[in-house]
Amino acid sequence: MALSRQDVAKVGLLARLALSSDDLDRMTGELSKIVGLVSQLEEIDTSAVAPLAHPLDTQNVFRDDVPAPSLTTAEALQSSPRHDGSCFLVPAVLGDSGAA
Amino acid sequence: MTTQPTAAEPFTTIIGLEVHVQLQTKTKLFCGCSTTFGAAPNTQVCPTCLGLPGSLPVMNRHAFDLAVRAALALDCTIAPFTKWDRKNYFYPDLPKGYQISQYDLPFSSDGRLEVIDPKGALWRDVRIIRVHLEEDAGKSMHDEAAGTADTRIDLNRAGTPLCEIVTQPDLRSPQESRAWLNELKLLLAYLGVSDCNMQEGSLRVDANVNLHIPLAGEGGADGRLAKTPIVEIKNMNSFRSVERALVYEAARQWEEWQATKAEMGNTPKQTRGWDDAAGVTRAQRHKEESSDYRYFPEPDLVPVTVSEADIAKARAAMGDPPTVLRKALAEKWRIPAYDADVLVNQGRDLVDYFEDLATRVGEGKVASNWMQQDVLRTLNERGGTIGEFPVRPEAVADIIGRVTKGDFDTSRGREIFAEVLASGRPVADVVASMGIAAVSDDDLVSLCKELLAANPKIVADVQGGKEQAAAGLIGQARKKNPNVNPGKFRQMCLDLIRGM
Ligand SMILES: [Zn+2]
Repeated sequence: MALSRQDVAKVGLLARLALSSDDLDRMTGELSKIVGLVSQLEEIDTSAVAPLAHPLDTQNVFRDDVPAPSLTTAEALQSSPRHDGSCFLVPAVLGDSGAA
Repeated sequence: MTTQPTAAEPFTTIIGLEVHVQLQTKTKLFCGCSTTFGAAPNTQVCPTCLGLPGSLPVMNRHAFDLAVRAALALDCTIAPFTKWDRKNYFYPDLPKGYQISQYDLPFSSDGRLEVIDPKGALWRDVRIIRVHLEEDAGKSMHDEAAGTADTRIDLNRAGTPLCEIVTQPDLRSPQESRAWLNELKLLLAYLGVSDCNMQEGSLRVDANVNLHIPLAGEGGADGRLAKTPIVEIKNMNSFRSVERALVYEAARQWEEWQATKAEMGNTPKQTRGWDDAAGVTRAQRHKEESSDYRYFPEPDLVPVTVSEADIAKARAAMGDPPTVLRKALAEKWRIPAYDADVLVNQGRDLVDYFEDLATRVGEGKVASNWMQQDVLRTLNERGGTIGEFPVRPEAVADIIGRVTKGDFDTSRGREIFAEVLASGRPVADVVASMGIAAVSDDDLVSLCKELLAANPKIVADVQGGKEQAAAGLIGQARKKNPNVNPGKFRQMCLDLIRGM
């Protein structure tokens, strides 16, 4: 299965990667090979196999609703490139949250 | 009930809602951080909800149980097998770069919730497509007025458990949409699923709306329906805003239709934000890739199975939903459906207060009257919750008991209620200090005799068959002694006159 340059450009955008024209050329070839390798799986008839939701044969792992200690604000912020002592600082984001 | 296009409104408004409610847990969905509202920024965060490398989520049992309770209350089918998926998108309030949500195997689907119109008839039976369990994102704050270049991120909310409830487009007016939301809120609050506090972000609503317009001259009543493009409205921060936004949006789409005749086609859904101050919806920038969330199964969480026994247990722990409670209350206490509706709509705590009072008084209707005319009215004036209301059921029952015994009449009882409320003193103290001692029968007889002697005209009238003339004596008696029970006094006067 071959990916188009456009497919790769879209995946790049979704991953927030700034891909140059050369990057796109190279990655279109490399990604096509990878997808081709994986698509060998399509040769196997899986019509009688239930979809796998999880590789582990374990279910129902829960914790109780009991509070545990949180980090201090200083600890939480310490690895952030920029903060004001109480919040993480990021470049201005205007408009609605992407949350749905 | 059908909503037909009319001359004034030659279209049908088609509305579907998407509601996110925060589940009432102590901790987040996948970690032990507190969910308490209002804490200082980034004080309720840990490696898991910060999305730090190497951290792993573990599902909160109580959150799952509450979600199942909500779904059962909405008549949904609970899936025997459910799993979680990653919904991938980049936004600074989502540190992991994905939200753990549910895609193709939500834990519940196919439910319904009715809404009743103000006259008590069925307004709409709204089908629910699905209810699923997911985590919330954090909060981003940008002070545009201050013109600062940075957006500040607080991740206290990140990982808070949410139920997403999606309806079919079954609602047909802004009014019934608001009423339906009220019913949903009441239901979830009753079952202890969520406090549904919109100010604190515990409940958020998005609405999908478009118009169906019957085209005249294209087959008349059986003709084709034109369907306007679907718009999703966001940023509505109260149920009133939801109603206003829908009214505005329906009118806007009608105008746009008349101008452009644009119909729903292959164009993607448009998103518009509600501006409450301006009272308009505004187009939001469309993110071209926004629908491409590249869901895939969450490898860090194992699936959950739910047995019939689990469902039976959840049902047993659920308690009565408002619809059942309204009927039960009306039957048990023999009160009108209207009374039961008013009481139930105020919430579980008020119903408990009423039942406590009714049990003490032994008469549902009397207790209900006092609830509506005194307790609820003053509660609404004062604000606050019934739990904080200073006059407790035993005090109200005490006042009602004294009225029933004939110590004083209802209006005097009301004055005592107001004084108990204002002073916080026990009923007996207030009765004594207001000089409201029960008038003894002897005192009442002598007062009666005194007034009869002073009013020969009234006596003559009553003897002549005009019993209503005795009313003139009651006013005079109350002037001499405000504690006189008018009914009792009137009867005594009539008896004495007859014996003359
Ligand atoms: Zn945490």
